[in-house]
Amino acid sequence: MAAAVYAVHFSGRAPVSAQDFVNLQQGSQIQAGFRRAHANGFCISGEFQASGELAAYSSAKALQHGSYPFIGRISIAGSNPTAPDLRAPVRSLALTILPDTVHQWRTAMNTPPVMAVATPEKFFQQLLAIQTNTVPQFFADHPETAHFLEWRSHYQPTQSYATERYHSINAFYLVDQQGKQQAVRWAAVPLTDDAGVIADEEAPDALQQEFFRRLQQGPVRFDVQFTLATANDNPADATIPWPETNPQLSAGTIVIEQASVQEGGACNALNFDPLVLPVGFAPSADPILRARAAAYAESHRRRAREVLMQQVAGGADE
Amino acid sequence: MNKPHTYPLSMRVVHWLMAALVLSLLFAGLTMVKSLGPWQQQLLAWHKVMGVIALLAIVIRLIIRLRSETPKLPDTVPKMQQLAAKLTQFGFYVLLFVMPLSGYLMQNAAGRPLSLFGLPLPTLLNTDLALYGLFREMHGWAALLLVLLIVVHILAALYHGLIQRDGVFRSMVRK
Ligand code: HEM
Ligand code: HEM
Repeated sequence: MAAAVYAVHFSGRAPVSAQDFVNLQQGSQIQAGFRRAHANGFCISGEFQASGELAAYSSAKALQHGSYPFIGRISIAGSNPTAPDLRAPVRSLALTILPDTVHQWRTAMNTPPVMAVATPEKFFQQLLAIQTNTVPQFFADHPETAHFLEWRSHYQPTQSYATERYHSINAFYLVDQQGKQQAVRWAAVPLTDDAGVIADEEAPDALQQEFFRRLQQGPVRFDVQFTLATANDNPADATIPWPETNPQLSAGTIVIEQASVQEGGACNALNFDPLVLPVGFAPSADPILRARAAAYAESHRRRAREVLMQQVAGGADE
Repeated sequence: MNKPHTYPLSMRVVHWLMAALVLSLLFAGLTMVKSLGPWQQQLLAWHKVMGVIALLAIVIRLIIRLRSETPKLPDTVPKMQQLAAKLTQFGFYVLLFVMPLSGYLMQNAAGRPLSLFGLPLPTLLNTDLALYGLFREMHGWAALLLVLLIVVHILAALYHGLIQRDGVFRSMVRK
């Protein structure tokens, strides 16, 4: 219903606002206190062991050789916090490296390597198409979705969050001491070949259970791989993959040591706004990045208000 | 006691500088939270820097105010209006503290680092979702109250300047 109203409302040229985005994403069933996107997830924490291989490109502390704490979150796309995680089309890994410092670097990564479309307006139309069941038509009308569809046609979801590849999708710049910029994308690449066992396929949190059990055996590791853009790549367009021949460097290893449910967890107070970047990083001109920052803030505002109201009501009950 | 007819120069200067600053902060704030545009981040960065400067400015302003002799409203102004004027002035000082303080604290509660011209600013609050909710709502609602108060304030000033012509308007404009 909400989708139909939006379809009519946005058939004109009114600019899409952060509030419109979040209204559309949250859908008609508001899940008070939860993220309006990627609602189903859990908190993780551990260490980022930086190799220092990218220190020549960036003055960011997180990229100098050393060991740095992080708070993170693993989630699936969608606004329903109890949606079955095995059936989600997109899985995600978000990190805040060096929290509580001016050096913090936030990143939210997804399993697809590219976006289907290149602008927030078109992404909004894509979400509308999902809600109105007109996705095939949408893809047909937007040839730039080709690379995304190509990826999707042979993507096989794994049996574990620990064995997926998570991509920054949008590009950023690394900035060195002299102010020289290098466009990059990055991905978290799994470092385990243990495929994992799903104990209960029917459980809505089957993947979460698998991950929590896996952590009892020891930390889960990912390599953080940076791909450097060449003169042929357009950092502002997240629909086009960069050639595999581009230079690749390993920034270090994400070592996930603990996991906990999100309610009351440290990751819940954060929004993994991709534009919270330390000195040594800069956003690319990709318009999706700006839209993400604004929409994450609006979603953060709504869920924070709801949690505040719940606490006030809870306090009054006692 | 011999009250001056106008506000001291220091207060008039600070008044108009702050009026310009606060109005632009309000406009910036209200547009940037909606926009997905590429300038949104630039405006947000500017908003935080100028917002922190506004906090310093309001402290300075209060100090000047407490140390200066300010003009009394003329006796021709009815008692009720005198009271309303006092209340609006008080409201302004409260809101001009609440705005930048809530902005600062909500950034703390969201775990976002703040800095002023490269200088890291202290974190006064732990990262906390409910506290973020509290200060984010305060920032939003106090902004609306401030807009309301500004409208009342401008209408009252124009009433004195154009209709009553009793010198109240002049007291904040010139000698
Ligand atoms: C215009 C495009 C997009 C919009 C409007 C959007 C919107 C949102 C919103 C509203 C949230 C909830 C934020 C919160 O309450 O903390 C969210 C979370 C998230 N988004 Fe997006 N998103 C977009 C594109 C992307 C892209 C391209 C990626 C991947 C590279 C991505 C990855 C994530 C992840 C991983 C989370 C969960 C973060 C967490 O665990 O807290 N999003 N998104
Ligand atoms: C007199 C000083 C200030 C004024 C008049 C002001 C005004 C505003 C207004 C009107 C909004 C939009 C609120 C809404 O629509 O709900 C806003 C948003 C915002 N303000 Fe301020 N502000 C001030 C100081 C500050 C300070 C000191 C900071 C932080 C250091 C700050 C950070 C922010 C942020 C981050 C937002 C966006 C929040 C979001 O995206 O959810 N402001 N401000």
